[in-house]
Amino acid sequence: MKILLNGEFVETAEGATIESLLQQLDISRERVAVELNADIIPKAHYEKQSLCDGDKIEIVHFVGGG
Amino acid sequence: MTQNADTLIIGGREFTSRLMVGTGKYASFEQTARALEISGAQIITVAVRRVNLDRSKESLLDYIDLKKYTLLPNTAGCYTADDAVRTCRLAREAGMSDFVKLEVLGDEKTLFPDNEELLKAAKILVAEGFTVLPYCSDDVIVCKKLEDIGCAAVMPLGAPIGSGLGIRNPYNIRIILENVSVPVIVDAGVGSASDAAIAMELGCAGVLMNTAIAGAQDPIAMAEAMKLAVIAGRLSYKAGRIPRKLYANASSPLDGMIG
Repeated sequence: MKILLNGEFVETAEGATIESLLQQLDISRERVAVELNADIIPKAHYEKQSLCDGDKIEIVHFVGGG
Repeated sequence: MTQNADTLIIGGREFTSRLMVGTGKYASFEQTARALEISGAQIITVAVRRVNLDRSKESLLDYIDLKKYTLLPNTAGCYTADDAVRTCRLAREAGMSDFVKLEVLGDEKTLFPDNEELLKAAKILVAEGFTVLPYCSDDVIVCKKLEDIGCAAVMPLGAPIGSGLGIRNPYNIRIILENVSVPVIVDAGVGSASDAAIAMELGCAGVLMNTAIAGAQDPIAMAEAMKLAVIAGRLSYKAGRIPRKLYANASSPLDGMIG
């Protein structure tokens, strides 16, 4: 299935969760925040939060800024 | 930590450094880390952005000892209260801290705050338990409103962001200092060490800067200069300066002059 991840269409496996997506992308869950269709998903829900075709996901972290 | 504990308390946390430093615009992450170290800052600002899906790129936080600093995520680039609130919620989830530097910009050319949207966002965030440090105009009315809402500090600009023009209106900063009780931190506009000292001599609780250090020819040296300027300005403020007089007042005694 296809999801819209940080503005780009990305192919991911059926039954993917936020946790598995982060693993697929090799992103550590500690220092990121994830929004699924404009709702923030708490870290405790990453394993059970499954994704659907067409979901809009934002993964953000801290970068240098003033 | 110091002989005479002159600490800054924001949102229940105690800080010995009154210099807050941004982490943007440095030549490298190594340089960022070194400048932060030399500056002595304990509060550092960061921005919230999409992760790069190409994970070959390193991340700023790989270079920074998170035990040493309080991260102050900003809402840079937000032009509406809704965007700023969304960014703050994401920052809290990513950083597990409720400190935020709230900025809601009104215009790309000046990067001046949109006070109407700023107040709207501040209300929502305070109600949600955030410790809100708003970047705002050097306008006492806005600062008082932000204080009434429950912001932990107010951060009036000295001059436009990144301009290096210094404290353009010290009288406005003085009026703010006389009329709000929360810490007043000059955020934006500082260009050189003397600008930082002026802010501190006015009685500000602290100074926040980024470009003045990161954009200097030698950012590491400038980080040290800013550290010393903030300390010197604070000491000067506390020591109580002499009144300004138009004419001379001799330092040596007039009695006992040779005839």
